[in-house]
Formats: sequence, C-alpha cells, structure tokens
Amino acid sequence: MSRAGYVPLGERMATASEPLLRTLVRLPLLRWFFNTLGRFAISGRGAVVLVPYAWLLLFFAIPFVIVLKISLADQVIAQPPYTALVQWTEDTYLQIKLNLGNYLFLVQDALYWKAYLNSVKIAFISAFVCLLIGYPMAYAMARAEESWRNVLLMLVVLPFWTSFLLRVYAWIGILNNTGLINNWLIAAGIIDEPITMIRTNFAVYIGIVYSYLPFMILPLYSTLEKLDNTLLEAAADLGCRPFEAFLTITLPLSMPGVVAGFSLVFIPALGEFVIPDLLGGKDSLMIGHVLWDEFFANRAWPVASAVAIAMLTLVLLLMAGQRKLEEKAETAA
Amino acid sequence: MAEAKTTTAFEPWTDPNAVPYIEIRNVTKKFGEFVAVDNVSLNIYKQELFCLLGGSGCGKTTLLRMLAGFEEPTSGQIFIDGQDMAGIAPYRRPVNMMFQSYALFPHMTVEHNVAFGLKQDNVPKGEIADRVAKILELVKLGSFGKRKPHQLSGGQRQRVALARALVKQPKLLLLDEPLGALDKKLRESTQFELMKIQDQLGVTFVVVTHDQEEAMTLSSRIGVMNHGRIIQTGTPTEIYEFPNSRFVADFVGTVNMFPGRIVDEDNDYVRIGCDEAACTIFINHGVAAPPNAELWVAVRPEKIHLTREAPADARDNCVRGTVDGIAYMGDMSIYNVRLDSGKMIKVTQPNLIRHSEDTITWDDRVFLHWHASSGVVLTL
Repeated sequence: MSRAGYVPLGERMATASEPLLRTLVRLPLLRWFFNTLGRFAISGRGAVVLVPYAWLLLFFAIPFVIVLKISLADQVIAQPPYTALVQWTEDTYLQIKLNLGNYLFLVQDALYWKAYLNSVKIAFISAFVCLLIGYPMAYAMARAEESWRNVLLMLVVLPFWTSFLLRVYAWIGILNNTGLINNWLIAAGIIDEPITMIRTNFAVYIGIVYSYLPFMILPLYSTLEKLDNTLLEAAADLGCRPFEAFLTITLPLSMPGVVAGFSLVFIPALGEFVIPDLLGGKDSLMIGHVLWDEFFANRAWPVASAVAIAMLTLVLLLMAGQRKLEEKAETAA
Repeated sequence: MAEAKTTTAFEPWTDPNAVPYIEIRNVTKKFGEFVAVDNVSLNIYKQELFCLLGGSGCGKTTLLRMLAGFEEPTSGQIFIDGQDMAGIAPYRRPVNMMFQSYALFPHMTVEHNVAFGLKQDNVPKGEIADRVAKILELVKLGSFGKRKPHQLSGGQRQRVALARALVKQPKLLLLDEPLGALDKKLRESTQFELMKIQDQLGVTFVVVTHDQEEAMTLSSRIGVMNHGRIIQTGTPTEIYEFPNSRFVADFVGTVNMFPGRIVDEDNDYVRIGCDEAACTIFINHGVAAPPNAELWVAVRPEKIHLTREAPADARDNCVRGTVDGIAYMGDMSIYNVRLDSGKMIKVTQPNLIRHSEDTITWDDRVFLHWHASSGVVLTL
C-alpha cells in the first residue's frame, strides 16, 4: 500500500481491524465457544445457519408449545387463569391432565366455525379483488419505461411510510355517514340520504384490499418484469393476437407471482383484527376478533389458545396447499 | 464480372424481368437521434438464401425486425410478395422468424411449442399432430416431443426453434444469428441441414449474421452492412474476390492493403506506385479513377507467393521482406513477413509437402510476388 495513494475508508478500516480480529479469535472465551461448537460438529458455516433456527425456536416454537399447553388446560379463576397440565398428587403420583374440551367447544358452538368460515370468505374475496386490481397495475409497471419503473415501485411502497392504523382510521372519515363520500354525493344531489358504508362487510373489504394491495403487486411485478419480451414477439410472429398471447404466454408464466401474491394477502387477512374491528359491523365477525374477546373479555385463556391453535393449523394446511400449487406453477414455468 | 456464368445457375438478380419477392425501398429507421438503418434499398428474390452480414450495431437485426413487423420504418417502404407491409401487425405477416435467443415457450413441451403457430391458424387437430411429427422428424428431434425446452441442449433448442418457424410453411423465413450459440462441429452440420431444408421446402431465407464464414457457406447472396447502410451486395465469390471498398475487403476474410497512386495507365492496365511496397503494382485491367487520386490495392494472403529466389519477372508485384513469424495450421501455414519498409504482410501457403529441409523459416529473406490479376484496386 503506497502512502501517497488514496486508500478508501473501507479498506483502511479492514486493515486496522485485522489485528483486533486476530486477537479476538485467540481470546480464551471465544476459543472455548468455538471449541464447544466444534465438539458438537458445528462449523463456522453451521453457526451462521444456526442463527435463524435459534430465532425460530425462541420466538415461534417455544411460544407455540406454551399456547398449545394452555389450550389443553382448564379455565380457573386464578393467576394465571388456567390449570397446570402436570401435577403431583398424593406425593408419589404424577398426574397429567389434558382437557380436550376447549377444542370440542370450538366444534360445538356455531359461533366459532362461523367465524372461521367468515374469515376464510373475507380473506379469499379480498385476495381475489387484490389480484384483479393488482395484476393490471403490476403489468403496467413491468411494461413501463425503465426509468419510470423505480418511481412507480416507490409509489406502491409509499403508503407504508404512514402508520397502518392511521390509514385505516382515515377510511372511517371517508366512509362515514357524514364522511367524504356521502357529503360529496349529497352535495352533488345524487342522493338525499347517506349510504351506509361504515360498519359493513363492504368497508372491511375496502380496508383489507387497500391495506394489502402492495403485497399482491410486488411479487406480481417481479415475475412480470422478468418475463422475456421476445416470447411475446415469437407468439405474435407465429400468428397470435396480443390478447391471446397474454392468455397463453404471459398469464401461465406469471402464475408463480399470482400464487405468491395471493397467499401474501390471504394468510394475513385471515387473522386480521384491526380492520374488521374499526370498519366492520356485526356481520364481519372474524376469528381474530373472537380470539380477542375470549382472551380479554372472558379471560378464557384456554379457549382463546385453542382458537389460535386451530387457526394456525388452518393456515399451515393452506400454506401446504399453496406450496403444492407453487411447485406446480414453477414446473410449468 | 470476370467469372464465367452457366445458364442453369440460380441467379434471379441478374434477370431484369425477375420480380423481387421482398422489395425494400429507401428504408430508414431512427431510434431517437440514432440512425439504425440508413436509406437501405434491397431486392430479395424467391428461394434465395440472403445473408445480412455486419458487425454488431450495424443495423442488420433492425432491418430483419422491420421485415418481421416488430419495428416500423421511420421512412421508406417494404413490400413482401407485392404487398405493402406498412401498418401490418407481425401476426398478420406471411413471415416466420427464428430468434437469436430461440424464444421457446418455457412452459410448453417441444410439441406444443411447434404446434403453437398451427393452432393460431385453426388447423384441424389431426393435421397439427401430423405436421408437428413430420417437422420434428426433419430436424431429427422425433423422440423429444414430450420434453420441455430446459431439458434440451443448446443445439436441440435451436432445432426446435427452427422447426417451430418452419412448420407453418412460411414463404419467408427470417433467421437471427441462427448458429450463433452452437459449437463449431454442430454449426457446420446445421449449416448443411439448413441448406438441405431450404432445397426441400423452397422457402426464401433472410439470415442475419456477424460470422463471415457462416455467410459465405450459407448464402446465395450477401449484403454487407456497416453503420446502417448496405455497402455491397453480391454472391459470396463477388464479395470475397471483388470487394467494392476497403471496409468489405477487410471485413470479409484477411487482406493486405497497399495505399498508392497511379503512375502509369492505359485502357487495359494500370501501374500503381506504392511507397510501403517499394515496388510498383501492376494490374491487368483498366481502373476508373482520376489520375492523381489516392487509392488502395488489396491482395489476399493466399494469392501471394513466397520464394527465396527472385521470380523471373521481378519488375512489378514483387517485394522483399523478412519472415517475422509462422503459424502452422496443418493444412496451411500463415507467414508474417516484415517488408523492408516496415509494413507487415500476411501470406498463407498450402503445406503441399509433408516435410522438407528447405522450407522457409524464421528470419529468412524472401521475395513476395503475385499475379497481375490478384490485386483489387479500391477507391473507397
């Protein structure tokens, strides 16, 4: 390295930190750490892979087991408000008591499965509407001039810069009986009485579609943007009209994006709590709200846990189905 | 032209009554300020295999894309089979194209790829199956119909692309660098296959390539392009032996170029003085150039003889030099000879004898001489 020449900051930092790193690696504590890892046949590479697994274990697997445990307990008026699964009785007997009643309750009470069904319905229709709106948008973005694409992408992501809650609240102001839309329509003389939009399923659909649309557009855009334009030229060359070329070439090749976008909207919408709570009415009871009521209003932790576990199972099943679909779409592409 | 012509030769371009199949009239294409194709006029006849030859960015692909209908000319007209192509969409043209990237549909099997064009024409199902099977047989992919493009090798994909373009039996087939992605052996065999297919089906081919060897072996005629213009059109022999400019002489094959001026001329000969050659160059035909104009004489390496002894008549077309390097190619050797003026000359000599004690080798003093008909006088 010449003294006269300019050395970039990064290189200078690397050069300066090298002896420090060398001594660090030789420190007894770290050596012990790496030796221990080595004893369990974990290499440096393995340690890196370990991080996401450790994360999942800490923040997903362990909480999941705790919730599963609570879902099999009885509700009691105590602190915490559920019974223990494992208990010593008469000194020498270890008693394990599993209460499957909570799950039975979910099946027996129509409220629950109706709420599940309603959640699936609302999430499915919302995801479908997102697809209908998002596909043309993503298509137009992918076909836009290259200098424009990043700007358009930026505009799609821009709403995330404002709080999600604020944006949902804003819809109340728009959809209210004395809100923006009704005021305009009345002022324009189109209607005399305000149209009831707030506290209906319609408002919930608007809220979900509005909030989740970017999650549909982004994966769609990324698949459509990669689509080779010469394929469409080849189709045209072989006598295929543009619309037919869209149906036979573009659409099948963008299926991975459709499946990804659909599940990115469908799965979170399934457990949505805030939007139906703020915009929905009596009809828009979704499972997220049932869970909230059980947990906070009834203090029925075991039932709430059972609701959560059942929903997780539902989502996992749907994801497995989606995985299958995606594989199929990918082999097709 | 000096060469003899047989009456049976396929040369519709020499017949003034022949009607061209493709007529390109003063076509210009601009992308913004950039002129990709500059006032090109060209006639291509039925059953020709016409090659557009040029370096990258010379406008050859743009010209091809205008024939296919993917680009509209900024000005000028294109007629195919007498019909003006202005405003006619690609899917309405009687033209099929084989793309440089092949552009096979990745989600369809080989069969479906090939059948795609026939389905667009609402050909009955049974007939589609027949024609697809027949064309796959022709390109030797009969057993690959159920595979997807990603399960094929480069050469196989290329043949699927060819089959897909041929199955519609187009009057005109456009090929964009058709052999670009193939290795040398495969490329040679496909070249001959292409020519055979063209013979069998009687299709008119327009091929775009940057590879002069490919253009020479394939085509009935070549159009050499540079900076959006067609510099010369002619048969491979015409292009190689009678280039009309330094660009063509240099682009097609290897050439030694001597700049000079006319010192002596008559109706049937011309003598050119050249400082770099240290001799006068004698050409056995007249030249249409003003007396004192600067011009160039191009001599191909294989037309120069290399000897230790001075030839009998060493007055013209004879220079001395020193062998600077030899590249042994097996069938022939390439000699780099430094003239006394410092100019480097390339000479190729066939290796007629297997081994000789007396072969010319490094640092030998040699005479370079060539026939009075070998030099080509270029004024451009």
